[in-house]
Amino acid sequence: MADASLGLWTVPLAVFGGAIRVSTPFLFVSLGECITERSGRINLGLEGTLVMGAMSAYGISYLSDSPWLGVLAAGITGALFGALHAGICSLPRVNDIAVGIALMLLGTGLAFFLGKPLIEPTAARLPAIDFGWWNDIPQLRAALRINVLFLIGVAIAPLLYWAFRTTRWGLLIRTAGESADAARAMGHSVLLIRLRATMVGGFLAGIGGSFLSLFYPGSWNEGLSSGQGITAVALVIFARWDPMLCLWASLAFGGAAALGPALQSVGITSGYHLFNAAPYILTLAIMIITCSPKRTLTGAPAELSITR
Amino acid sequence: MTTEAAESVEAAGVAPAADPGFLQRYGASIEYILIPGAALVGALAVFGGFIALYGKNPLDLYFYMYYGAFGTWFSWQNTLTRAAPLILTALCTALPAQLGMVIIGGEGALLIGALSATSAALALQGAAPIVVQIAMVIAGMIGGGLWITLSGGLRQYRGVNETISSLLLVYIALAILNHLVEGPMRDPASLNKPSTREIGAANMIGSIPGTDVHWGLVFGLVAAVAAYILIYHTTFGFAARVAGGNIRAAKIVGLSVGKLILTVCFLAGSSAGLAGMIEVAAVQGRTNANLAAGYGFTGILVAFLARQNPLAIIPVAILLGGISASGGLLQRRLGLPDASVLVLQGIIFVFVLASDALYGRIGFLKGRS
Repeated sequence: MADASLGLWTVPLAVFGGAIRVSTPFLFVSLGECITERSGRINLGLEGTLVMGAMSAYGISYLSDSPWLGVLAAGITGALFGALHAGICSLPRVNDIAVGIALMLLGTGLAFFLGKPLIEPTAARLPAIDFGWWNDIPQLRAALRINVLFLIGVAIAPLLYWAFRTTRWGLLIRTAGESADAARAMGHSVLLIRLRATMVGGFLAGIGGSFLSLFYPGSWNEGLSSGQGITAVALVIFARWDPMLCLWASLAFGGAAALGPALQSVGITSGYHLFNAAPYILTLAIMIITCSPKRTLTGAPAELSITR
Repeated sequence: MTTEAAESVEAAGVAPAADPGFLQRYGASIEYILIPGAALVGALAVFGGFIALYGKNPLDLYFYMYYGAFGTWFSWQNTLTRAAPLILTALCTALPAQLGMVIIGGEGALLIGALSATSAALALQGAAPIVVQIAMVIAGMIGGGLWITLSGGLRQYRGVNETISSLLLVYIALAILNHLVEGPMRDPASLNKPSTREIGAANMIGSIPGTDVHWGLVFGLVAAVAAYILIYHTTFGFAARVAGGNIRAAKIVGLSVGKLILTVCFLAGSSAGLAGMIEVAAVQGRTNANLAAGYGFTGILVAFLARQNPLAIIPVAILLGGISASGGLLQRRLGLPDASVLVLQGIIFVFVLASDALYGRIGFLKGRS
C-alpha cells in the first residue's frame, strides 16, 4: 500500500536495512581478524573460513533442524581452521600471508566439495526479531527485522574494546602483538597466545559465515561469499585494529553492499554489477586515503608482517 | 607427515651420491626438488585419505588422476592446453615475488587482459588476421599490465598492502567484466550467457600443427624463459633481486626502487593479461563470465610450488594443469564433485608452505657448506 508513496525513499531505507543485514558477516569476520592481528599475526584465510562456516552451519542445521546448532558448528569449524593456520605458521620460516592464501583456497574448495549435496535441500533458518511492530510501512518493517546474531556482534565489539584495555587476557594478546620478545621475557609462549587468538578469530569468522547461509541470503550455494572475508580483513586495517571502529566500518560496508540491490528494487538496473562492486571500491579507496608510505599506521601491532 | 614423506622419497628415489663434492655443489638444488616433491606426495596421500573417508578407493583415484592427466595423448593435450594460462598467471605472482611482494591478483589481470584483447579485435574487424592478433596481444598485455601496476603503485606511493589491493582488484575486474558483457559490449544474440560479439574465426590463433594444443602454450613457454633470463641474467633482474633482499641496501647503492616495482608489476600483469588474451583468442572466441575459471588463483599455487622460479613454473604448471584436466574424469568415473580439484590444490598448497620449514634440515644434505 505504501509502495508508491515511499517513492525514492525506498533506496535509503533499503540501504539502512541492508546495512544491518549485510554488515553482520563483515562485523564478525573483522572482529575475529582484529583479535588475531592484535596478537601479531594476519589470517587472510578467513575468506575460506567464512565459506566453510556457511556450509557447515547449513549442513548441521539441515540435519538437526536446529539453526543454533548450525551456528555452533560453524564456529567450531572456524576455530579448527584457525588452529590449522596457527599450527602451520608456528613452523619456522613459514609466511603467514601465504598460509592465509592457501587456506582461502582450501576452505572454499572443501566447502564446495562437502556442500554439493546441500544445494537442493532447505535447512531451518535463524529467527529474526521484529523491531518494526509499531508501524505499517512494509519496507520499514522489513528493514527492522533484525537477526539476533547482529545484536550479538554489536555487543561483542564494546566487550572486546574493554577486554583489550583492561583484562589480563587482552594485555597478553597485545603484548604478543607489540613485542614477541617482551611476551617471551614475561614467561609466556607467544605461539600459544597466537594459536588461541587465531582460533577465537576463526570461531567468530565461522559464525559470520553461518549468518550468510542461515539468515541472509539464507541458502547455501557456491556463490554465497564473493570476497566478504577478504574485505573484512582489509576493513580491520582501516579500523586501526579498534573493535569499535570495526563496528562502524562494518555498518558502512553493509550499506555500500546493499546499494546495488536497493537501486535495482526501484528500477535502476544499469550498472548493477558496478554498484555491487561498491564495497571493494570503497575498501580500496579507504586504504588509499588512510595508508601512507612514510610511516607505519597508528595503532598497528608492531609484530604484524603486513605493516612492516 | 611431511617428514615421513620426505624420508620415503629419499629412500625410494634419490640415492645419495658417493662423491661429497657433488652434494656440496648441488645440495641446494636437490633440496629444491626433493622438498616440494615430498610435499606433493604428502598432499596426495592426505587427499587419498580424504577420498577414502568419502567412500571411494584412493587407488582408483590415483589411477584416474594419472590417466586423466598424462595417460593418453588426448589427456596430454588437455593438460598442456590448461598449463598454458597457468604458466602465465604464475608469472604474475613469481615476478613481483623477486621484489618481496605477494601479488595474488592474477585473475583480475587475466580478465582485464581478455576484455582489452577482445575490444582490440572488435575495433579492428576487417583487418588482416595477423594485424588483429598482434593488436590483441599488445592490448591484452597493456590492459593486464596496468591493472597490476595499479597495485604496485599503490604499494609504492600510498603504502597500501599489495596482497589485499590486488585481490580486491580481482572482484572489481569481475564487476567491470560483468557490467560490460551485460551492458555496453553485449552481443544481442547472446541470450542465456551474456557475451561480447565474437572476434571472428579467422582471428583465432589456432593450434600447433599436428596437435589440439593451441599456440598459447608456446606463448607461455617463451614468457617463462624470457622471465628467467630477465631475472637471473640481466642487470635489471639483479637489481630487482637486490631490492627484494634488502630494500635499504638497494636504496643506498642508488637503485630506483619505485621504478623497479612499477616495471616488474607491469610485466607481471602483462603476462596474466596475455593469458586472458589467449583464452579469448584460442578457446572462447569472445569475452564472457566463463573466463573467470580460476586460472589466476591456481597460478598463485603454481608460483609458490615452483618457489617463484620462472623455469620451474613450466613443469609445475603442467603438473597442476594435469590435475585440473583429470577433474572431469574423476567426476564421471568416481562420482566426485568438481570441487575435488580445488580441495587437492588447497591441500598441496598447505603442504608446500609447511615444507618451507624443512630447508637446511635434511640429514644427508646437512654437510654442505
